[in-house]
Amino acid sequence: MNEVSPAFVELRDVSLSYGEDADSILALESLSLTVGKGQFIAVVGPSGCGKSTLMKVVSGLVLPSRGTVKVAGEAVTGPVKNVGMAFQNATLLPWRTIRDNVLLPFEIIRPHRYKLRAERTYYIELVQRLLSTVGLAGFGEKYSWQLSGGMQQRANLCRAIVHQPSLLMLDEPFASLDAFTREELWFVMQDLWLQHKFTAILVTHDLREAALLADRVIVFSPRPGHIIYEADVGLPRPRTLETTYSPVFTDLVHDLREKIRPGQPN
Amino acid sequence: MLIVWELVCRLFNIREFILPAPSVIAKSLAEFRGPILEHSWWTLVTTLFGFGLAIVGGILLGVALGFSTLVYTGLYPLLVGFNAIPKVALVPILVLWFGIGAVPVVVTSFIISFFPIVVNVATGIATMEPELADVLRSLGASKLDVLRKAGLPRAMPYLFASLKIAITLAFVGSVLAETIGGNAGLGFLMVTAAARFDVALVFAGLVAVAVMAVGLFAICVLVERRMVRWAFRGELVT
Repeated sequence: MNEVSPAFVELRDVSLSYGEDADSILALESLSLTVGKGQFIAVVGPSGCGKSTLMKVVSGLVLPSRGTVKVAGEAVTGPVKNVGMAFQNATLLPWRTIRDNVLLPFEIIRPHRYKLRAERTYYIELVQRLLSTVGLAGFGEKYSWQLSGGMQQRANLCRAIVHQPSLLMLDEPFASLDAFTREELWFVMQDLWLQHKFTAILVTHDLREAALLADRVIVFSPRPGHIIYEADVGLPRPRTLETTYSPVFTDLVHDLREKIRPGQPN
Repeated sequence: MLIVWELVCRLFNIREFILPAPSVIAKSLAEFRGPILEHSWWTLVTTLFGFGLAIVGGILLGVALGFSTLVYTGLYPLLVGFNAIPKVALVPILVLWFGIGAVPVVVTSFIISFFPIVVNVATGIATMEPELADVLRSLGASKLDVLRKAGLPRAMPYLFASLKIAITLAFVGSVLAETIGGNAGLGFLMVTAAARFDVALVFAGLVAVAVMAVGLFAICVLVERRMVRWAFRGELVT
């Protein structure tokens, strides 16, 4: 189903433990994973299985205890540059307007940070256009706390992709939203991905979300996290709400559910 | 309340050097308005000087504490210990070092109002959401970028909240130092008045301190509202 694409993210035999010696907790165990360029993968698993740790390892915020991580062919030794990130908590800056929040990546990334002052109108234009594609046209001048949770999360997604990152990391970005808003944002996300074709890794608890958005779903075991199951999602794109009621889709979700075992409390 | 006070003084015939009635205090305020104004001005200037130093020093040290765990673990216990010292005990030492005059007053005002600013600024920076730092770092932000873009603006409401506490403390510090080691200012005026059993003038001095402290507190609140409107959210939605 998937054409063979060059590997963009490559984890080989990665283990990671937190803490020292006796007290250490093994969060990831001999994990090997390859994500092709432009691929959208979803990682699901019981809570506390190291999914969020995986995000940190891939983005270089945490270095693995063992094994190697490569992004875009280069070994990761520190925070990977030019990554977009979105978390469950929108973490917008409350002292900035939505527009200025989305502008933030340009204030940090080289070379944009040096051009921002001179070409401000160009960047603002870019931000406004992106905001309108997610249904936030006209809200750029508002502050984040003046918007609903769903709108904040839209803005958060914009901030994560405005600088055209080659890699997008999503850590349960829709988890705190109500069911309808969540479904709506799935399709916003899908549209953004179809337009920009970045490589994306989504961590989620929601199997329907994973099956709808991803090309490939990876199931984690309880801690220490390793891969116990992988499923390719062959459904054609763009997927719609109807897709989620098709037998192929429900079978897939059912199948995934059976693979997930709850974590052992110890 | 003033009326009750006045009535109590008159009904029970309380002598003036125990508790002067409000009317007597008012009379004293009017009679000595020249010296009171002069000494108030002096107190105001020294207090603001100490307060200004406390803001600058407090922000710098607060940022350092919030920014680096090393500085935090090394310096914070020291700071707490230092803050636990009663400042009254320090004034004689300061007088010994700097002599009678403005310097010990400014310094006392500084050290007493400095602590809340440091703690608040450090807290504001150190309590940044880890996800936010992750978002910034994965964009390639340096630690300094994170501080500039997120830490400092985030600490602003904490700073202004601490200024409201610090300004009143600054007055406590300066008046305290003036009573011990001053040669001018309201504290000095009050001590000399008390020595002459002119209790009405002592109370007049207290009124002057209160008026200035409340006035500056109000200014701090105003500045806070202007500078960190966003922190008040719903209240100021237009």
